[in-house]
Amino acid sequence: MTTATTTTTADRIDEWTIVIRVRGDVTAASEQPLMAAYSQAGDKTRAIVLDFTGLDYMNSGGIGLLVTLLVRANRQKQKLLACGLNEHYKQIFELTRLDEAIGIHDSEAAAVAAAKA
Amino acid sequence: MVSNTPAETPRRDDAANWATPSAALRVGEMPEGALNLNVAGRRLVGPIQGFGQLWQKTYRVRLGGAVTPADVIREWKANYASYWPAGNHFYAPVSGLEPGDVAVINASSLGGVQLSTGIRVIYADDESFSFMNAEGHPAAGMITFSAMGDDAGVCAQVQALIRANDPFYDLLLPLYGHRVEDEMWTKTLAALAAHFGAPADVVTERVLVDRRRNWSEAKNVWRNAAIRSGFYMFGAPIRWVRRRSARAKG
Repeated sequence: MTTATTTTTADRIDEWTIVIRVRGDVTAASEQPLMAAYSQAGDKTRAIVLDFTGLDYMNSGGIGLLVTLLVRANRQKQKLLACGLNEHYKQIFELTRLDEAIGIHDSEAAAVAAAKA
Repeated sequence: MVSNTPAETPRRDDAANWATPSAALRVGEMPEGALNLNVAGRRLVGPIQGFGQLWQKTYRVRLGGAVTPADVIREWKANYASYWPAGNHFYAPVSGLEPGDVAVINASSLGGVQLSTGIRVIYADDESFSFMNAEGHPAAGMITFSAMGDDAGVCAQVQALIRANDPFYDLLLPLYGHRVEDEMWTKTLAALAAHFGAPADVVTERVLVDRRRNWSEAKNVWRNAAIRSGFYMFGAPIRWVRRRSARAKG
């Protein structure tokens, strides 16, 4: 069995926005590092940008995890956005129709700007 | 800045494991007797597009230590339909369950209606495969079939992340839908366990992930496959009379 390896870092951009940088794999086994990063958001955060520039591998369990994260963010009235997805992962977001709920942007700057719009 | 779980990242490639997006489902040749309705031309619906509360349901059975996860998934994919309970039919392409494949489902439903709906294989690797459901399916979401090993041996698992697709299905869920789904996957895993010579001790876990309903998706009821399959079934005598009169004229 392959062990998932995920690294996340949470960077606060301003009072309302954090960027979670995801590196390595996103699978069902990534729940702990992803949710640990999300827990840094706090009550005042209104937008979470997921930076997937370092994403190497994702399976359907990873998509399920992103759905769960989206539900949590929506419950807190937070926007969830994504940036740094390559064409392959953009297609996966389109296939699973996650792109209808998570705004996809080419760069972190564009995502942060959209978060403030 | 906060960092979590730093680790070495082995390079893996998932490109061949995923289906490509398509605007509408296409159904291949179906065997005689298959009811092919409510699939061709439909889109897939994920957990975001459904109406009801979001549930994560997990069904798991232990298969012992004599097999590997890859053995289990190879067998499951090759003979997927044979593990379904009687009265339900899964018509997949002969190639097996490959990413992008579309399958038609004929399932026994309320009032003797034969429900016709479908799924698409969105992901498959050596240790798992996943489906997303077609518009009109009772559940909007994803279902993942996997096998994993631990110190006690190998487990086979079905995990569904789903919402009732529309208000009609949502009404039926507490009285009918949950029971039918639990029975479906419990029996499937029991049959899989029997194939591998393991006892049918299936463990079920149900977690309510989101208690809110997506009222903006109530319109999904227009594509409800159960209602449309029911209309089709009850329209059979009219179609029969039409065919007879057309033959008589010809």
